[in-house]
Formats: sequence, C-alpha cells, structure tokens
Amino acid sequence: MSKPKPQKEYEKTGAFHFFRWLSGCKDPYVGEVEMKPQKEEVVPESTILERMNERQMIRDKVYDAENNKGLVIFHRIYVASAILFCIALVGLLLYTVSYLPRTGNPSNPDNNEVAERYIESGLQETGAMNIVSGMILTYRAFDTFGETNVLFIATCCVMILLMVDDSILKKQEEKNDRRFEPKNDAILQGTAFVLCPIIFIFGIYVILNGHLSPGGGFSGGAILGAGLILYVCAFGFKKTQQFFNEHIYKVAKITALCMYGLIGTYFYITGANGIENHIPLGIPGHILSSGIILPINICVGLEVACTMYAFYALFRRGGL
Amino acid sequence: MTIFQYILLGFLVVCAISVSFSKNLLNSILIYMSYSLVMSLIWVCLESPDLAITEAAVGAGVTSILFFATLKKIHGIQIEKTEKEGEDHE
Repeated sequence: MSKPKPQKEYEKTGAFHFFRWLSGCKDPYVGEVEMKPQKEEVVPESTILERMNERQMIRDKVYDAENNKGLVIFHRIYVASAILFCIALVGLLLYTVSYLPRTGNPSNPDNNEVAERYIESGLQETGAMNIVSGMILTYRAFDTFGETNVLFIATCCVMILLMVDDSILKKQEEKNDRRFEPKNDAILQGTAFVLCPIIFIFGIYVILNGHLSPGGGFSGGAILGAGLILYVCAFGFKKTQQFFNEHIYKVAKITALCMYGLIGTYFYITGANGIENHIPLGIPGHILSSGIILPINICVGLEVACTMYAFYALFRRGGL
Repeated sequence: MTIFQYILLGFLVVCAISVSFSKNLLNSILIYMSYSLVMSLIWVCLESPDLAITEAAVGAGVTSILFFATLKKIHGIQIEKTEKEGEDHE
C-alpha cells in the first residue's frame, strides 16, 4: 500500500502537471506567450497625401522619357531580354523532357524489383485489398509517421503565431457577436443542414474502408475537416464548440499521434529484428483485416481532420 | 476517353495561364479551385482514385477556403465596397 502524498508535494510531481493539462485547468501558454490580436494601423491623411506627392515627384523625375533617353533604351532591352530568356528556358526544359523515357515502357528504371514485390506479394504480406494503402502504411509506415508529425508541428506553429488569448476573444465577441462569421444565411444553413451529415458519414466511410477501397486516413480526414469547416461557416463557432472545442481537439490530436507512435514502434521493432508480430492479418476483403492498417488509418484520419479544422479556425478567428 | 482527356488537359493549361493573368485576386482563387477540380478528374482518368479524393478534398476544398480566409484578413475582397461607394457617388 502506498501512502497518499500531501497536496503540496503532489503538486510538484509530473503526474499532477500532466493531469492538470489533460483536464484543461491550466494552459501553459497563457501568461507566458504574447497572445494579442494585431492593432489596426491608423495613418493620418496628411502623411498619405505627402507620400503620394513624393511618389509622383519621383515618378516624374525618373520616368521623364524625353530627357532620359538611356532609360528608354534600357527598357526596350529589358523587355526583349526577358522574352528571350523565357523562350530559352522553355526550350531547354522541353529539350530535357525529350530525353525522358516513354511512360509505360517495360525497360524504364521505375519498373524494378521493389514495385514488383509490392504488386506480387503485397496482398499476402499486408492483407490490404488497396495496394496503395498497404504500401504507405506498412512497407513505408515510417515515412507516413514523419508526415503525420509534420502536420502536428505545422499546427503547433500556426497556434503559436495566430492564437489569441481567450479573454480578449470573448471581449471582442461581446462587442460584435457575428464579426467573424457570415450573417445567418438561410441558403448556406439549409445546404449545410442537408450536406454536413452526408459529408461526415462519407469521411468516416473513407477512413474505415482505407484498406479495402480507394482512400484512407489522409483523404478521409481531409473530407471530415472540410465538413467541419462547412458546419462552422453555416452555424458559427458557438454551436461548433458544443461538440468540438479546444480541449477535445487537444485530446483527440495527441491521443491519435501517440497511438500511431505506439503501434508503429511495435511494428518497426518486430519488423527490423525479424520477430514475429502478433497482429492478426485476417481475411483480405473483410472490414476487420489487414493488421495495423485499420487502426493507423483511424489515427491519421483524426489527426488530419483536427489539423484542417484548426488551420481554418486559427486563420479566421485566432482560436478554436 | 482520350478526347475527353485532351479537353481536360487543355482546360488545365487555360486555367494555369489565366490564374497568373487575372487582376482580381478573388477570381484567381476561383480559377485555382477549378484547376484542382479538373486535376482530380484527370487523376480518375489515370486510374488513381486515392489521389483524386485527396486532390478534391485538399486542393479544391480546404486550400482555397484558407486562401479566402487570408484574403478577408488582408482586406483583399473589396468588390462590394467599391460598388457601394460608386452607387453613393452617383
């Protein structure tokens, strides 16, 4: 039996910080990072007029064609050489293209043993009907993991640059509630009411059937994200926050990335050391088949959907 | 089928050229959007439906929406404003 630690000691441990972050009690950015919206620059009219006058004077002096014959000649040579350079570049590129081998030629360098292996034993080794999915999520799962990390880091950077403090955001909304959304558009809302469920179901279908039919995590996630953006455009951020707010966003995104990391690590370690892994491949063609592809597809789909929506929300309003 | 593909490819070239020659930024984005849609049709013709789905969702959908959001932020959409001002003056 372990004794419960006193509160003050517990607050110093990493577990306390982790659970505090998980429950959304404290944001590590608030108060530490500058999170203010940009101020609109006000320029007095006299300076604008002054600048315009100066610009006009410079223009009159420099482009005085009658007194400056060198300029006219230079301009003509400039235009002629620009056209010549463009034609030369196009010709050079076309000349290079003519040396490339014809598409579909059996002796092309891309028809090597790697592609042959993918096509011949891909179904047997990965259990996926969709060879593309099987290729990118098992043979090249490490590359795909890197791509997913790139998406994660990109959203983090956009958040650091564009995120606005919550209290400022609320004040702005009180002032002008519909400032960032289009007006209550009946056509848009009616269309979104019909289309959004269909888009969401299609996105989930594409993600879950990634190993059977065309599609997969990235495409399905992009469809889901586009559906979320349509919903936000039609009904505003307040209604969206009822089912998708910053807290859910963080938990979904980080859980998806960690799950992918865990499954992937198990797969790489067993694969690299020649150990037999215990993930059943199932019968090809069934929905529960093809080993790690289905869970990884779900993780990638969640990650991409969150990224797409977060980009839009941050660009639009500075917060989720 | 090949004739259809040639028509699509021609449309692609026209779109690509007119994006850079259009003076209105909003029009450029709309043309870029149609470029992505045509591209996704070409992917279907080339028998790669995976890419077609991604191109339609990312290229035609999300990217252009992000462009619109950015244009609105930098006050690049000014058609309504100028029209209204013109009416006021007249």
